[in-house]
Amino acid sequence: MSNVTTASTKEAKWWNGGKSPFDVEYGKVMMWYFLMSDAFTFGAFLISYGTVRFSTNGWPDPNAVFKSFPFAPEGVNAPLVFVSIMTFILIVSSVTMVLAVHAGKMMDKKGVVRNMIWTIIGGIAFLSCQAWEWNHLHHEGAWWGLNPFINADGSASTTNFTNFFFTITGFHGFHVFSGVVINIIMLIMTLMDKFEQRGHYLMIEKAGLYWHFVDLVWVFVFTCFYLL
Amino acid sequence: MSQDTHAEHHDVIAEIKKVTIILSVLTIVELILGFWMIGITSPGLRLGIKGVIIILMMAKAFYIVAYFMHLKHELKNLIMTIIVPLALFIWFIIAFLADGNSFRNLRNNYDRNFKEQSTIKVEKKEAGAHATDEKGGAKEGEHK
Repeated sequence: MSNVTTASTKEAKWWNGGKSPFDVEYGKVMMWYFLMSDAFTFGAFLISYGTVRFSTNGWPDPNAVFKSFPFAPEGVNAPLVFVSIMTFILIVSSVTMVLAVHAGKMMDKKGVVRNMIWTIIGGIAFLSCQAWEWNHLHHEGAWWGLNPFINADGSASTTNFTNFFFTITGFHGFHVFSGVVINIIMLIMTLMDKFEQRGHYLMIEKAGLYWHFVDLVWVFVFTCFYLL
Repeated sequence: MSQDTHAEHHDVIAEIKKVTIILSVLTIVELILGFWMIGITSPGLRLGIKGVIIILMMAKAFYIVAYFMHLKHELKNLIMTIIVPLALFIWFIIAFLADGNSFRNLRNNYDRNFKEQSTIKVEKKEAGAHATDEKGGAKEGEHK
């Protein structure tokens, strides 16, 4: 019982003024709120995709659509292979981002630079994979308003499939692109000793939150479009 | 003091390693289920596998947010201000998917053309053929 009272008084003190009730700096709280609003945008996209898919009788089989691989001969049947490589690229770049954030906390400039470079390389590799896939699908005749694929049950499919695919992966790809740009800016600022002068690497933590969010969204996009 | 930060450093690195392994294993299991599902035609079993994949997806999301985004180690106040609004998604998903499902049932019952369209088989297009224009044009007309 006495424990409960101490805990509650301790907790109440967070709201008595004089300090942040969240115990993080302002910019980080705002980054969290931005990511929350972005989550609702992506959520709205994915839920509308789900709603349309539920209201339709047939839907193309993702394994019949996403089955090609770069440099493989025409007509190769390798479903899920290319997208699993893309997924692992993004997970690995997320890990290097965590390592960069941690190096920043330890005031280890070399570690930040090394891990930021790996994160940027991962981001660029992911974007290259996506560019190849979009280009390949476009050559097969798929684009906004064009759907060359038929439903899994053999009936004619609507353009909803390609519209949702290009809109949602495009919006995610745009986030990856802006994440890479932010990471490059962070790398330049680290190299210019901006954070050493400030005495902290909090900007790296905020860029890290954004980058992890991009990885998080890919977990949902990957599952909804390629696996289900 | 420096020993403390040193020990903490090792703890953090161990946690990152652990979460990396968990995320990789979950992804590999998802992919195995995805490959397994290619050959399965039973709708019930497919639905079950899809359910498992969604649970694994939520587990991955939890590990990314809790450990990589560090939310688990933040103050409860901050965790609540992020998680509570996101609970709206529970309603969003249930309401909208149920709505889509109901719309399909209504159309199958009352829109004969809609039902007929889904029973007509069309020719499978050869992979890699560059017949974009004619096929696309036909599709557009059909869509209206």
